[in-house]
Amino acid sequence: MDAVLDVLTNPYYIQVMTMVGISLIAALGLHLITGITGQFSFGHAAFVSIGAYASALLTIHLHLPFILSMLAGGLAAALCGILLGYPSLRLTGDYLGITTLGFGEIVRVVFINMKITGGASGLTGIPRETNIFIVYVVVVLTIWGMYRIQNSRFGRALTAIREDEIAAETMGINTLLYKIKSFAIGTFFAGISGSLFAHMMQYLNPADFGFSRSFEILNFVVLGGLGSIPGTILGTVVLSLAPEFLRFVQEYRMLIYGALMVFMMIFRPNGLLGGVDVVRLLRSCLARLKVRRAS
Amino acid sequence: MLLNIDNITVSYGGVRALRGVSCQVEEGEIVALIGANGAGKSTTLKAICGLVRPQSGTITFDNKVLNKMPPHKIVSLGISQVPEGRRVFTRLTVLENLEMGGYTRKKAGEVKDSIKNIFKRFPRLEERKNQLAGTLSGGEQQMLAIGRALMSKPRLLLLDEPSMGLAPMLVQEIFTIISEINLAGTTILLVEQNANMALSIANWAYVLETGEIVLSGPAAELANNPDVRKAYLGE
Repeated sequence: MDAVLDVLTNPYYIQVMTMVGISLIAALGLHLITGITGQFSFGHAAFVSIGAYASALLTIHLHLPFILSMLAGGLAAALCGILLGYPSLRLTGDYLGITTLGFGEIVRVVFINMKITGGASGLTGIPRETNIFIVYVVVVLTIWGMYRIQNSRFGRALTAIREDEIAAETMGINTLLYKIKSFAIGTFFAGISGSLFAHMMQYLNPADFGFSRSFEILNFVVLGGLGSIPGTILGTVVLSLAPEFLRFVQEYRMLIYGALMVFMMIFRPNGLLGGVDVVRLLRSCLARLKVRRAS
Repeated sequence: MLLNIDNITVSYGGVRALRGVSCQVEEGEIVALIGANGAGKSTTLKAICGLVRPQSGTITFDNKVLNKMPPHKIVSLGISQVPEGRRVFTRLTVLENLEMGGYTRKKAGEVKDSIKNIFKRFPRLEERKNQLAGTLSGGEQQMLAIGRALMSKPRLLLLDEPSMGLAPMLVQEIFTIISEINLAGTTILLVEQNANMALSIANWAYVLETGEIVLSGPAAELANNPDVRKAYLGE
């Protein structure tokens, strides 16, 4: 019992779990863009940083309540998402990837060179507002929202765009508009995640939101299983915790982490839960149990 | 006249795919567009749907000019396409594919009724309604693509090579279904390499050659034309 209590109150574990939750919100946003709509974005961390800086500046300078500045952070990211999406979502595949990659770098460089963001030395003095409860309330709301979107008329149209954009267009779907909407919602959640991050770390540095962070979030979504919410959750949890669990091998940590990813791509190229419909699987298991009980 | 294509030209990059094509489709007819590979048959259909833009000429449907309309608006006017190679949504179920076809229709009840009608016409699809479309056979996918296109209750149905990659018996079945759909009141524009089949069900036909219409007339007449027989019917 004491051991359990120890884990639950250990600040290190709480910090790690809070970070997992924050990553999860950003990953679920990217899940909508990449997993459901099929649009590759290599600049997701840029939207996280836009949300982080926007909300941090609002709480520091305007003393906005945290909930409001968090929403404002999400909206700021979504607005940038729309501004980037309108010209670039006409592109597909590699071209869109390169555009979002470039955008991510631009945002980072802008934050380094702006006075109000503290430049390269970073932004300090952000009040600590985030705690593990707030983060997981938002996580639950995000998961619920994603399920609602995925199973709606709108969500089905996004899936159709992923499956075959031309066929979707001939079904009467305004594909550009739908891709922009999906991008806006996905980047909104990136912004929310950034706001939570800013008010947890109390310090922001543009270097934390570079290409490697974007790529990390993309890994969460792809390695868990593209297009699957349970897959995204699993991918985020496993890949966020793996570096922590691998601390015992010290400097070989990232080496083993890399090797793990290579093996995953060889043995589960569709991701951990790729091609597995968890809801359908549970249902058929329940049905089988019932049959067994009846006989 | 339901559809009027007047002197359109289409280029891909610098290559002319259509050089001044004109053709007409009257309400209630089946019109066939036949020709060899690369003659511009599919390009003509894509131009009607708004997937490629003509550089000159006009396309009118029910007296509305389609040239600059985006594809999703063209669908809501009542034009529906069965694309070349079927293009069903492979990772969606049969039922979800049909629901996507009815995307432009707002009333859920109407969509359900249409699905019922399509299952009546294609009982095989009903048996497989919860199966992923990618696991269907080629013939079943073609039926699904046709069913999906009918979901928007089109006035004009465009079919691009419905016989492609199908066994001869299935080709016969698909063409019978196309005639039945026409009898039920849908106008059809059919693009085919299988000229024999196309001419046997069409009222009127056009022959395309390297981006130009070289012949047109009643389908029965073209089927007896010695030039057509030589070039497209393998004699």
